[in-house]
Formats: sequence, C-alpha cells, structure tokens
Amino acid sequence: MEPSLARYIWTHTKKQQLWILVIVLLSMIPYFMSFDLPKLIVNGPIQGKGFDQPGATQPFMRLHYNLPLIGEVQFFPGFQLDRMTTLFALSLVFLLLVIINGLFKFYINTYKGRLGERMLRRIRFELVDRVLRFPPRYFKRVKSAEVATMVKDEVEPLGGFIGDAFLQPVLLGGQAVTAMLFIVVQNFWLGMIAAVIVLIQIVLIPRMRRRLIVLGRKRQLTARALSGRVGEIVDGIGAVHVHDTSNYERADIADRLGLIFRIRFDLYQWKFMVKFLNNFLAQITPFLFYLVGGYLVIQGRLDVGQLVAVIGAYKDLPGPMKELIDWDQDRQDVQVKYQQVVEQFTVEGLITPRIGALASDDPGPMTNPLSAIGLSMADDGGAMLLDRVSLQVKPGETVALVSTSTGGAEALAEAFARLNWPESGRVASGADDLLELPEAVTGRRMSYASSDVFLFQASLRDNLLYGLKHAPLTSVTYDGAAADQHRWNVHEARRSGNPDLDIHSDWIDYAAAGATGPHDLFDAVRQVLDAVLLSREILDLGLRSSADLTRHTELAGRIVELRAALRTRLEHEGLNGLVVPFEPGAYNKEATIGQNLLFGAAAGSELADKALAANPYFASVLRQAGLDRTLYEMGMNIAEQAIELFADLPPDHQFFQQLAFMSAEEIPAYETLLQRLKNRPYETVSENDRAMIVTLSFAYIEPRHRFGLLGDELMTKIVAARNRFYEGLPPELQNAVERYDPAKYIAAATVMDNVLFGRLGSNHPDAPDRIRSIVYDIFDELGLYAELLDVGLDFNVGAGGRRLTAGQRQKLDVARALLKRPDFLILNRPLSALDQRVQDKVLQNVLEEARRDGRSPAIVCVVTNPAMAMIFDRVIVFDSGRLVEDGSHETLLAGSGIFKELVS
Amino acid sequence: MLLKDEVGMLQRVPLFSGIESAKLKLLAFTSDRVSYSAGQILFRQGDEGDAAYVILSGKADILVDSDSGPIKVAELLPNSIVGEIAILCNSSRTATVRAASPVEALRIRKDHFLRLMREFPEMTIEMVRVLADRLSHTTADLIDARSANQ
Repeated sequence: MEPSLARYIWTHTKKQQLWILVIVLLSMIPYFMSFDLPKLIVNGPIQGKGFDQPGATQPFMRLHYNLPLIGEVQFFPGFQLDRMTTLFALSLVFLLLVIINGLFKFYINTYKGRLGERMLRRIRFELVDRVLRFPPRYFKRVKSAEVATMVKDEVEPLGGFIGDAFLQPVLLGGQAVTAMLFIVVQNFWLGMIAAVIVLIQIVLIPRMRRRLIVLGRKRQLTARALSGRVGEIVDGIGAVHVHDTSNYERADIADRLGLIFRIRFDLYQWKFMVKFLNNFLAQITPFLFYLVGGYLVIQGRLDVGQLVAVIGAYKDLPGPMKELIDWDQDRQDVQVKYQQVVEQFTVEGLITPRIGALASDDPGPMTNPLSAIGLSMADDGGAMLLDRVSLQVKPGETVALVSTSTGGAEALAEAFARLNWPESGRVASGADDLLELPEAVTGRRMSYASSDVFLFQASLRDNLLYGLKHAPLTSVTYDGAAADQHRWNVHEARRSGNPDLDIHSDWIDYAAAGATGPHDLFDAVRQVLDAVLLSREILDLGLRSSADLTRHTELAGRIVELRAALRTRLEHEGLNGLVVPFEPGAYNKEATIGQNLLFGAAAGSELADKALAANPYFASVLRQAGLDRTLYEMGMNIAEQAIELFADLPPDHQFFQQLAFMSAEEIPAYETLLQRLKNRPYETVSENDRAMIVTLSFAYIEPRHRFGLLGDELMTKIVAARNRFYEGLPPELQNAVERYDPAKYIAAATVMDNVLFGRLGSNHPDAPDRIRSIVYDIFDELGLYAELLDVGLDFNVGAGGRRLTAGQRQKLDVARALLKRPDFLILNRPLSALDQRVQDKVLQNVLEEARRDGRSPAIVCVVTNPAMAMIFDRVIVFDSGRLVEDGSHETLLAGSGIFKELVS
Repeated sequence: MLLKDEVGMLQRVPLFSGIESAKLKLLAFTSDRVSYSAGQILFRQGDEGDAAYVILSGKADILVDSDSGPIKVAELLPNSIVGEIAILCNSSRTATVRAASPVEALRIRKDHFLRLMREFPEMTIEMVRVLADRLSHTTADLIDARSANQ
C-alpha cells in the first residue's frame, strides 16, 4: 500500500480535490467582498461621507473599469440612491453575501464529507481485501481483534481528514491571507503587528505538538493491544475459568488501562497547555490593536472607520489560524495512524489478486493427478514437519494417510489444501503448481475438512451451503425505490474502488451440488447429512425450535393433518394416555392451570409467565369468574407446601429443578410474604401480593404435584374463565396471545408442541422418547421430513459454531466438503471428536456418498486410527516427516513395517 | 393418590419406615408418579439401574431370564420397593419387573435418592439399619438352609 497518506489521497481523489479547490477559490470572492462592506456602510451612509448635502445621491452598483489603452469604460451607470436607501441597499447586499457565503460553505462541507467517506470506504475495503490475501503464516501471529480494530477504529479519523487534506489549507490559508492582506491594506503597521504574532504561532505551536504525536502513537498501539487482549479473553474464557486466572486477567487489563490512562492524561495536559498558549497569542493581537490603534486615532493619524475595519477583519484571522494549526496537527496525527496501519498490512508474499479473482464459469474438473514433489513443510518455529516427500495421488484413488505421532501426514493434507505453504518443493496438479492455480479451481474442485472447524455465526443451512457460494450467479432485478437504491449502491461502490458484486444475488452453485436449483438442492443436502449421521440431530433441533412461518408454509398448512395422524397412530398403538390433547372446551389435566386459563401461547411480554397474574385484564377475568379467591388460596397452600419441602435445602440443590412454582432465590421472599399474609383476610391483601401468590397456582399440575388442590368444579370454572377471557379480549392484547386452535399452527410454539397439541402424560417415564420416534415416523409418512429438516437447518450455530457440539461441527464440516462434489476430497482427521465406532461408520458413509451416482473423486484421508485405513485403495505411512511405506492395505499388512506395528 | 397418601405408603415400606415424614414428603415430591398397564415392563434384566420403584397399587412380577425363557421368581405387592439394590450398588438390573395388573408406582431417581442419603445422615443410618437387618436375616436363612442340607 502507498506509504504516504498525502500521495494516497492525491492519487485517488485528485479530480475531486481540484474541483473543490476551484469552488473554494470562487467562494473567496464573496468572502472578500463581505470584508469591505462594513467599512462602506459605516463610512458612507452612517457617517454621511458623500452625502454632505441633504438629498445627495451616490451611484450604486456602478460597473466601470480602467482598461489599458481604452481608458475608463463604464458598463453600467448604476442607480442613484440617497443616504437612507444606500444604507438599506448596502445592508441588503451584506445579507446577500452572508447567504452566498453560507451556501458555499454548505456545498463545500457536503462535498468533502462525501469525499472523505468514500476514501474511508476505499481504505477499509483495501485493508480487508489484503486480509483476504495474506499468506497463511501471517494468521498464526496476529490477533483477530487487533486486525478488526485497525480496520474499524484506527482508520476512522482518516475519513474526517481526507476531505480536508488539501482543501483546508487552501480554504483556511486563503481566509487567513485575505484577512491579513486586508489588515495590511487598512494599516500597514497594524498589519505587521498581526503578522509577527501569527509567525510566532506558526513556528511555536507545531513544535510543541510534536510530543502530542508521539503520545498519540503510543495511545494507538496500547489501545490496539487492549482490544487484542479483550478478544483473547472472550475466545479463551474457558481456559480462564478452568485455571482460576480471572484475577490475573483482571490485573492485566487494569494495568493496560492504567497505562492508557496515563498516556491519555498526558495527552490532555499537553493539549490544553498548547491551547492555552495559542489562545493567549491570539488575544495579544487585539490588545496591541486597541493600544496602538487607539493611540493613532487619538493622534488623528488613523480614522475610526479604519480601526473598526482592522479589528473587524482581525476577528476573522484567529479562527482560520487556529483551524489551520489544528489541521496541521490532524495531518500529522492521521499520517502516523495511517502509517501504523499500513505497516501492519504490508506483508510479504501477499496472494496475488489473480488467484482469488471472481470466476462465474465452471472451471471444469481437475483431471490431473495431485502430487507432492520434494515437498518439505516446516512449522512456525522452523521444525520440519515433512521432509522432501514425493508422492502422487491419481484421480479417483482413495488414499489413507497413516501417521505416527510425529509423522507429518496432517502437514501434507494442509499443503494439499493450500492452508500452509511449502518450505521447499511444491504441490502440483499435473504440471501446474497448486499455489498458482486460481482458487476458483481449487476451491470448487477440491474440498477439505479437518478436525479444526470454523463455522460462521449463521444458520446451519448457511454454513452448510457456504462452500457453494463462489460467485453471484443470478442478476437480481430491482424495481421502484429498490432499483434506485441499487443503482446508487453500484455507483458508490465503484466510486470507492469497491466491487459491485450483489450480495443479494443467489450465490449458491447448485450445479456443483448436483442440483438444478433451490427446489432440488434439498435432496443433495439430505444425502450428505445422512452420510455424516447429522440428520437426526438436525431433526431434533427442528422439533425443538419454532418454525419461521414465512419459509415453512407447508408445515403450517398441514398441521391439522399432522395432528390427526399423531392421534390415529397413538390410538392404533394403544398409547392414548401418552398425550393429553388440548381441547377448546375441556380442561387439560397435564397442563398447568396457567396454560389452561390462557389456552394459548403468549406472543409478547404482556401475558408471558409471571406477567400473566399481574395483567389487569386477566385479573379482572379471574374476578368475574369467581376464581380470584380460589386461586389465591391455592397459591397460599402451594407456597406453604413448597416452603415446607424446600426451605432447608441449599439454593443450588438439584431438587429445585423439580420445583416449578418458584426458583431457589425466590424462596426467602415467599417465606416473608407468607408470614405477612397468613391469616390476613383476602380483601385486605394488596394487588401486587395477590398476583405474587396467584402466580404460584398457575404452575400447578395435579398429576405431577399431587397436592390434591384441583377438583372437577374448579376445572369447569377455569374453562369458563378461559372462554370469558377470549370473549372480552381488549384490542391491545389481541396480538399478545395466540389461542390454541386445533386447526391452526401456533407460531410462537415449537414444532414439537405444535404437532403434539397437548401435553405428554407425566406418568409415562419414557413418553418423550417414544413420542419423538412416532413424530419422526409421521413426518416421514406425510412427506414432511424435508420440511422438518429445513426447520432444523434454520438453527443458528452461534459464534464460531459454539452452540453445536464439537462432533456436530466436524460432521457439518465434512458434509460441507461433500456437498460440492469435489474431484479431490482431502480429509484431515475429520471426525476426531467422535468415538471410534461412529468415526468408522461416518467415514464408510462418506466414501459411499462421495462415489454415489458413478462419481469417483480422489479421497485423501488422514485417519485417526490405522485400522480405518482398511477401506482405502492405498495406504501411505509417514514417520518423522518421511514417507516410509506406500501400498495397498493387504501388502502393507503382510509386510513387517511400521504400519503392521501401528495396526497391532 | 395424593402426595400425603404416598408419604403414608412410603412409611409402610420397611426401608423408609424410620425416616421422618417431612423427608419422605420431599422424596415423594421429587419422585415421578408412573403408571403401567398389565404386561408393561418397568425395567429389564441387564439394564443400567437408574431408579428404584415403590409399588403404590397393583401387582408386578419379578422375572429372571433362563435358558427356557423368563421364570417368575417373586411377586411385588403394594408398599414394596424394587430396584433399590441396583441404584445403591451401581450394578445392572438382576431381574426384569413386569406389571401383572395395572400398576401405579413411585419412581425414585437414583441421583435424587443418593443426594437425599448424603444430605440427611439420619435417614441413611435408618436405611443402613434396615439393610443390615435384612442381611442378618439372609445370613440366618443361609445357615438354616445349609444345616437343612447337611
């Protein structure tokens, strides 16, 4: 990158900078004219110069010039105005100039603001673009949070400066010089006084500011290191807790903050010191004007109008001067920041742009063998991982790489995947060096999965399809406002040197997955998920999550069918007691009293959980149904029993999981509440206390808790209250609850709850498992299996995929590698988080899936266990970075080499 | 059957008879009420023991696998506990238990049971007493059986 900021800015914005310079120069004309006007007004109409006779007139707006040779030429004789009208006219001209100056300023500021933002966008993009092209070894040494803070925060001030880079000195310099000239024209000696003071400012202030720049650089580095450390704490939070080092981290952070504080405080002190001096110098000048100028007026050697004009003009000098000095400070500051960032982003061995160039066309299969030629790989410390290894993998061959603990097979797999670069020798595809092939070839025709998986914080689907998003394949048509917006986006992207690739286009390369479009992609997805044994886990996720109804319309549309199928099935198998369905006119004994009352899913916070009892409308319904007192008494009873049962237990006791009514933390509060309310007549209990107690009854389920509090009469009353609740539901609560309706999908509930549309019987300990397998069957029978899997694929995997288990992440990685149907599939201990039995099974499936439909990709797999090598055509054994054995499984096993030793 | 009735039932189980009723109530509350229809299996021989069962109503058969199929070795009546050995000794089930009629039972989970024992030593002592008593009876039976054989 260009090391000099000024040149960088000039290269990319010279046209705009010149244009704005012209505008600035133009703006000087009205600016200068507005200086002269006050004098004209004071001397002319106010003091009466030229209007000595009553009724005297002066020409206004006379245009005349002295042209060489021709003499004076009058273009316009002007209007003849008397003293009062001249005052009006001149004042109006003054107003007009104020407006013109303001408009110029507005235009200039907007223009340079846009210029700055465009450049900021360009720099940021360039930085990220470079990150995408850094050689692999760079990432072993850099903290991601530091890179992020450089891209985001450290270049931010550049945006503000870029618009001012050339403008400010011209604009402010012009203003300062204009003001200065004007002072000099008015009175030479007063002008000289101002000039000397300005000279002192120009020389002294930047000198004092040098220290500020040094401090600024320190501040930048310490702040960057801080964000790196914070990022590290977040990433390594597990290690912090495991080793009880949180206080060590606290000390480290406090120490860093202390250092930053010291630097910043130092900075402030200097800044205000410089400011003080600057202000002082600026104020010295008027002091001299008043003293010297006043003296001259008294002496009669200067007229008052002149002195006023000088002082008036001077008021415009310190402003530009101060800003000019500030600009210089900014310039140095920003230059330092820029250099610091550029240094960090100037890396040797950057990947050439050609390698990562966009290619929309299918690169065609890789038909050449993949070979390592005298390949040596070293780790970051310089230790040899692979030592001059030569081998060749033919298309269609399946190869197991078996390695002793120091073997180096992983290094070979990483070299094949271009994740690490050779120390010497090379990896080649046919005659081409693999590193010279565009990623459009290797990234599409080869795939790689390892034990070290990175997932993006997005849905499972996005992560799975990530490997197919190489290029925007459709052009999206926009209309109306969206089209304008799109045009603007493209225009601005180009102006900032950003690519105008449309992120909203469909990037998924369906053909690579053997599909023709979104409609049949799912079959391919299902195949690979089945192969890595991930389907079932995703189905579980699907059942437990609530479906996005805009996407899964079929699920919502066929919910009635699903529910009916479940009932029939349960009846058929004699399992009717397993699920107690919700019926609009009946009490569901397996559901809580709260659920029976509300008989719907709360969709907002108004009627959810604890807020339900306190909701005024709900409370009024209970009162009208004659339930308020009953439920209060029930709540009191529950509180007594719960406290009797649980008061002695420590708050972290696992039994509290059984206590649905209150949490361990709430027990003391309820204990005191109970003391207070006991034997108090119901009427005197406050609304809040009532709600606290009544809410306990809402969690009660008779068959589970067995306190004997729920009789038939009460159940009938509750069902009546439910109907009453919905009859009078006020409009503001219409959207707060979704009433259970056997014919309707409940958007706020999970898929499982929607299908069950009831509650599992609590007295069947194996009910959840049985019902789950029945539900899967039903989804399959009704052809909704894909839909359910799709709901599961909506699951957000969390930061770095941490919401999935390590095993699930690895399975997903393998599925992703399989999905693009590569010519070379490189697997590097891909499933190490799974137990051996599952690993064997998945690997077997992967081999079958990769070769399904007559495909025959080459598969190179670093196996975690030598026994797994059995299912491969060829086995290559590594020891101490050398290739020691190479042959079929049988021949190696028959020999007496390392492989035989490893297997036994 | 309500919680307080279950407490009454538990008190009639010899293993729990010396334990104060507040603790039994907690045990009952944290246990699951389960029901089985005739022929349903409560647990199978060889399964991991994860819970003990107290029969509240109905009857169940204890079956042991043999070469000629399962043999019924005993019958469980209300107020009897079954499966407690497996959860105390971490062993697998030594027999299968099958409901002979509709059965209502209290399923006491292993971790809850052990947690209670750990927390309330007086309860544990009471149970040790019952178990020791059982052992001395078994020993006496064994001696009787041996002397009868001689």
